[in-house]
Amino acid sequence: MIQKAQAIGLQVYDWLDARLKLTRVFEHTAGHPIPKSSASWFYVFGSATLLCFVIQVITGSLLAFSYVPSAAEAYSSLQFITFQLPFGWYLRAIHYWGSNIMCAMMLIHMTQVFLFGAYKYPRELTWVTGVFLMLATLGAAFTGQVMRFDEDAYWGIGIGAAIAGRSPGIGEQVVTLMLGGPIIASETLGRFFSLHVFVIPGAIIALVSIHLRLVLLKGINEYPKPGRVVRKETYDREYDEIIKKTGIPFFPNGIGKDLIFSAFIIVLILTCAAVFGPKGPLGPPDPVEIDTHPRPDFYFLWIFAIAALMPEWLETFGLLVAPVIGIVFLLVLPFLNNTGEKSWRRRPVSVIAVIFIWLALGMFTYLGQTSPWSPVMKAWKSDEIPIAFLENRTPLELQGALVLQNKQCRNCHAIDGIGGERGPDLSEVGLRLNRDQLIRQVIQGGGNMPAYGKNLSPHEVEAVVAYMVSLRPEGRQPALNSTFPAKPMKQEVPPAKAADPS
Amino acid sequence: MQMNPANPEEPKPCCQAPEGPGPIKKSRRDFLFQIGLGLNVLAGALITVPILGYVLGVVFKSTPLKPVSLGSVDTFPEGTTRLASFLNPYHRDVDGATAHIPCWVRRIKGNEFQIFAINCTHLGCPVRWFEESKLFMCPCHGGAFYQDGSHASGPPPRGLYTYEFQVLNGELFIMAGIQPTLASEGAHDAV
Repeated sequence: MIQKAQAIGLQVYDWLDARLKLTRVFEHTAGHPIPKSSASWFYVFGSATLLCFVIQVITGSLLAFSYVPSAAEAYSSLQFITFQLPFGWYLRAIHYWGSNIMCAMMLIHMTQVFLFGAYKYPRELTWVTGVFLMLATLGAAFTGQVMRFDEDAYWGIGIGAAIAGRSPGIGEQVVTLMLGGPIIASETLGRFFSLHVFVIPGAIIALVSIHLRLVLLKGINEYPKPGRVVRKETYDREYDEIIKKTGIPFFPNGIGKDLIFSAFIIVLILTCAAVFGPKGPLGPPDPVEIDTHPRPDFYFLWIFAIAALMPEWLETFGLLVAPVIGIVFLLVLPFLNNTGEKSWRRRPVSVIAVIFIWLALGMFTYLGQTSPWSPVMKAWKSDEIPIAFLENRTPLELQGALVLQNKQCRNCHAIDGIGGERGPDLSEVGLRLNRDQLIRQVIQGGGNMPAYGKNLSPHEVEAVVAYMVSLRPEGRQPALNSTFPAKPMKQEVPPAKAADPS
Repeated sequence: MQMNPANPEEPKPCCQAPEGPGPIKKSRRDFLFQIGLGLNVLAGALITVPILGYVLGVVFKSTPLKPVSLGSVDTFPEGTTRLASFLNPYHRDVDGATAHIPCWVRRIKGNEFQIFAINCTHLGCPVRWFEESKLFMCPCHGGAFYQDGSHASGPPPRGLYTYEFQVLNGELFIMAGIQPTLASEGAHDAV
């Protein structure tokens, strides 16, 4: 019985093979030989990125059943998918976490390819298509966060328009083109929808086809050995020899680790989606609701941070020119440096560059997450001054504490670590600035601080400065004026020293 | 007819033609290929006209600023700054809530107003007004502006964008309809 079924199965296969040439296709694709050394755990990230893309296409297509790309309906359709449709929230969560993990896998893949010298001869074009794939993936990520059409999406488009508006000469035209009209409206969402759902995925499919075709034609990079140098004249022959000596078919002998890692990635996405759920949608995309803290998704937080930290004179360059320089550099990299050592053990500059880039990305992402430069809008009414900072104060100083709180100083200045971080923590400000310096700072502002001269009466300034002079650890003297050591101060120093426990 | 190699002046086309069907066929195929290629280049160029026109047309479409009402001036007490909103003059039904654009209205006294765009001049986030400290603060990158819209601190390259306004029969109108960015400065007064 089983034998009969097998025979029928074989017959069916032969029939199909005679027409579809399955065996030949297999030999030229999944069955292509790879160096044994390349069946490594380091070589699994490219296939993981592709797997994430497939998951995104499937979940995205399903979400499009119910998503309505109109500014009036998008938000409520997201609510409907999340709260009404069976498994709707879970599909949104898988799509969201799939995008996060796709970006992560892509960047790890790129780092690995760079460190293993795989961009060198003869795989320059594979790297170049990879750079375009990175751009398309980041484009899909940015347009995707606009699909989640909530307050962050609305203001995110506004940020995009503000950046586009800095283009010299043609700013207005670029903004109009991006928004699909003079102002953010349904036309804007429509454009981002088309890009996210048709244009970018189409581009990714086309680019992946070329990328994989090149992998097949040029062979997967052999695991680099220190000292084995790439020379254009000899490399192809050497690679052929490696394949002859150690070649194994990718399927089934080389694919094992990819398969295990793929399963792990699927489980990771499913788990993250189940535990953390989908992101948002946050508040509705109603621009009149201005009580909002627009933040980009995780993968763009570093850009958000750089935008806050750049000096003003660098901004237009940093936002418009620097990205172009960076992309052009990535594109020409394999042509500038396409022979020589592949192993990262013999390429210290490359290793340092990778460490530097990841540290910088990580640091800026962390800063973007905490955004210490943003005022804490509610600190003045929700964060009271701790009692320790009010005890044993004179009535004038207490009045000053009230001024400090009511004039919203806490939005930018923390006391005891609570409050904004835009300006310095005031817990010990009396040690750093003396009365005159504090008065000047409050009235004239300076550094990043606005001037309060017009908004505070002389009495209020008197009180708030008296309070700030009192903000110092017990037993410590207030700051002295270093240029004019006043006599009365000198007289006060000896008893203070006696009182100082240190 | 026989070819005479000794006579190079003999005109070639008339003599080569009868030699066989090969060259004729080839040149005919070449001709068809070239015609086909040419026609497709032409057709391709034709199809880019509507495509580019559709995509880029919006840039060339004239969308002048239009007067929109913010309501009666009496709703803005003198000496205060408060949030107002208006309907984008180019709105459509599908715009939903995004058709309502907020702005800050500062009534100094009488018909003396300053009307600020909501968008920070740094990267467009919505600035918030703080009455007690008389400051506009931005939640994104920490920009701050004084009550007259001038730059107080942080990364913004200039003061807040302002709308042109007019008071007609006790009603406050502003000229609106464009996303305030550094590129649209012409449409907004500098502060």
